[in-house]
Amino acid sequence: MIASGAGERDAAATPVGAAAPTVIELLHIDKWFGPVHANDDVSLAVRRGTIHGIVGENGAGKSTLMSILYGYYTADRGEIRVNGRTVVIRSPQAALTAGIGMVHQHFMLVDTFTVVENVVLGAEGGLRLAHGLAKARAELTRLARDYHLGVDVDAVVGELTVGHQQRVEILKALYRGADILILDEPTGVLTPQEADHLFRILRRLREEGKTVVLITHKLREILAVTDAVTVMRRGRVVANLATRDTSTEQLAELMVGRRVLLRVDKAPARPGPTILAVDDLTVVNGAGLARVNGVSFALCAGEIVGIAGVAGNGQSELLEALAGLRPIASGRIRWKSRDITNDHQALAGRGARRLGLGHVPEDRQRMGLVTSFAASESAILGYQDDPRYNGPILMDHGAVIESCRRQIAEYDVRPANAVLRTSAFSGGNQQKIVLAREIDRNPALLLVGQPTRGIDIGAIEFIHRRLVALRDSGKAILLVSVELDEIMSLADRILVMFDGHIVGEVAPAEATEQAIGLMMAGIRGDVG
Amino acid sequence: MSPRGRPAEIPAWADLALLPLLNLGAALGASGLLIVIIGEDPRRAMATLAAGAFGSAESLGYTLYYTTNFIFTGLAVAFHAGLFNIGGEGQAYIGGLGVGLLCLAAGGLPFGLVLPLAIGCAALCGAGWAFVPAVLQAKRGSHVVITTIMFNFIASALMTYLLVNVLIKPGQQSPETREFAVNTWMPAAHEMLGWMGIPAGVSPLNLSFVCAIVCSILVWGYIWHTRWGYELRVLGQNEMAAIYGGISPARTIVLAMTISGALAGFVGLNEIMGVHHRLLLNFTGGYGYAGIAVALMGRNHPLGIALAALLFGALYQGGSELAFEVPALTREMVVVVQGLIILLCGALENMFRPFLAARLARVVPAR
Repeated sequence: MIASGAGERDAAATPVGAAAPTVIELLHIDKWFGPVHANDDVSLAVRRGTIHGIVGENGAGKSTLMSILYGYYTADRGEIRVNGRTVVIRSPQAALTAGIGMVHQHFMLVDTFTVVENVVLGAEGGLRLAHGLAKARAELTRLARDYHLGVDVDAVVGELTVGHQQRVEILKALYRGADILILDEPTGVLTPQEADHLFRILRRLREEGKTVVLITHKLREILAVTDAVTVMRRGRVVANLATRDTSTEQLAELMVGRRVLLRVDKAPARPGPTILAVDDLTVVNGAGLARVNGVSFALCAGEIVGIAGVAGNGQSELLEALAGLRPIASGRIRWKSRDITNDHQALAGRGARRLGLGHVPEDRQRMGLVTSFAASESAILGYQDDPRYNGPILMDHGAVIESCRRQIAEYDVRPANAVLRTSAFSGGNQQKIVLAREIDRNPALLLVGQPTRGIDIGAIEFIHRRLVALRDSGKAILLVSVELDEIMSLADRILVMFDGHIVGEVAPAEATEQAIGLMMAGIRGDVG
Repeated sequence: MSPRGRPAEIPAWADLALLPLLNLGAALGASGLLIVIIGEDPRRAMATLAAGAFGSAESLGYTLYYTTNFIFTGLAVAFHAGLFNIGGEGQAYIGGLGVGLLCLAAGGLPFGLVLPLAIGCAALCGAGWAFVPAVLQAKRGSHVVITTIMFNFIASALMTYLLVNVLIKPGQQSPETREFAVNTWMPAAHEMLGWMGIPAGVSPLNLSFVCAIVCSILVWGYIWHTRWGYELRVLGQNEMAAIYGGISPARTIVLAMTISGALAGFVGLNEIMGVHHRLLLNFTGGYGYAGIAVALMGRNHPLGIALAALLFGALYQGGSELAFEVPALTREMVVVVQGLIILLCGALENMFRPFLAARLARVVPAR
């Protein structure tokens, strides 16, 4: 590749990068995990000074590919070239030596350390810590200024916002000499404002000649910030496109392999009798603080009620209290026509399930599944007593696996292998396993927390259709989500929570994002 | 979803068979090196050890007798509820007390009645001794690793008191009870084989060995083939998921610990009822602690524990032969060899994993 100085300057001025030299080249990468072909002959070229997006459904092989580039895995076959030279990357250290840095989805930071201390961790430079720290502080201050990171290098990491912590991760990579930054789903934990700020930083990095590889499933982000985009599907690269030549619809179709409906199609709700009535409910956390404070609402058969709100305003506690996982401090709960407030057995343990109350928990990996178990075993969690899985003493594994196979077929879980470890499934498929398990019991009320967090378009579409179908069959659904889009497209009524209170109720047809956004910030809206 | 820290993926057969064998080989290699340094011939030492453990019916009997204890205490260590029961020593001690008291009282009963009663007593006493720490853990959060160790010391003090002051045979100095009536003795293997007309060397191996094998099978069935075992495993893997699944952690912990205690208590069957035929001090001889290593090496699977117990039994028996035959290799050396095995098979069990994964990825073509 011949790169003239003029070409590089052009690339910096108009950041399309068509004339810029290739900085990373992946050639014919293959990676197997047991029977799963995670990367199938993947070839990819990233040009210097560009922001390169990689999109694909979960399980499409994006993260595997980047893990190979960063040295967590080694490819079974194939070649990696950095700046035209073939390199062997067997560890993250080797990746850093090659100039590749990674910003993880889950930050690798010590909360009680300052930013400087976190950054030098593992790169202290010599025996005397003070000397290394002083040098690092000067360097970090310069980096933070140059790239407009706005990070106070002496702040304690635990006291920073999530957005700032992410910038510390970026700083860490830059400090270690990374020329190429890989960001894995960086906006999953950010508010829209923080995400915008991150994109400004990424553009700034590009101006300085750094190369950014952005892994995401949010197509809007791809269009907003990248120069080029690679679409992956089932371990293969299906398209390499210049971002300006593509659209959300085209990308979605390439990712999923068919046309996808980005909006939910649903008929108006036909609410039936009241299933659950909550009156003045208060839930207290371990420190004695009211996390849910005097909440009242009713939920009817055949409707989806969405609870909107910024994460941490009591939605999770409300959901868990209704599922019987948290004690109720005060208030009344009525199930159908029966008052179950004082019936301690009604919700606790497996009580909620006996009533006909299903629960898709917010965190599928920490609560909804046992990731080290086979899928079939995760698929009976909470229903392990069910007579159809049990003989008088022994568990009928055949029946357990058979039932899981049926659910896998019905919910299009991939790979369709009931005895594969749960952790081997992608997030979207894990969520389908949970959803299948809960809907399979035909619950009168389904509590759903963050049903599509961190999962891909194809699975989101599927899960949304399932939830609407459940509603249409006359079941009640209480949906908690921090994705406002999701609430607005799924819910028949929207309740907005702020600081443990319900601050307003709106009908999705009449609501605007701005109006709900104000309520989410605690500004009380008109009820109705 | 960072893959860091996750052990490299290797096929199941390599994980369950090849890797432990590799670890064992490395441990034996290191031991051999040590023997060379001492100035002995490692081949002769290994041959002596193997012959001492398996060379004759008699030595095999001794090996299996030790194995019996290790199976019981190994099974008792971790019952998949995510807790380590370090109290096997104390539970075995108190289990033995139960067996001993029964045998002292059951002089006139037929053996067919004594056996189930003794099994019941051993289980009840061992379980009872584990029950208190279990409840403290479940209700008060006092960690069982701490409390079970404390209970080991309490058991030891209690037994000393009872044997010195209460149960001692009148008119003697050593703190032991009188010998049990012959009808309460666990039949020895050579006797049972003799009834069938098969001659066998005299050894302490007795019916308890069969009991240990049955226990291994029952434990396996319980953990992997019942809903209660399922709940236990869920709790051990993920407490949040257990609570979500309607599983009470407190109840499950208490259940798991009491079963563990009962298993440890069965050591009393082998030692008190099978060998000593009287209640005496320190008959548990550290089997409870060695059980931790057995469970670690057996990866908490009953089959693995049985195999690890056999290995430890062989080391115990072959080791004493070795110390006898080769004076330079003392009893302590054998402990060093055991330590190396525990180190390489337990603590460093994943040392060869990345290497093996890389090798296998090349040798075994991807499907």
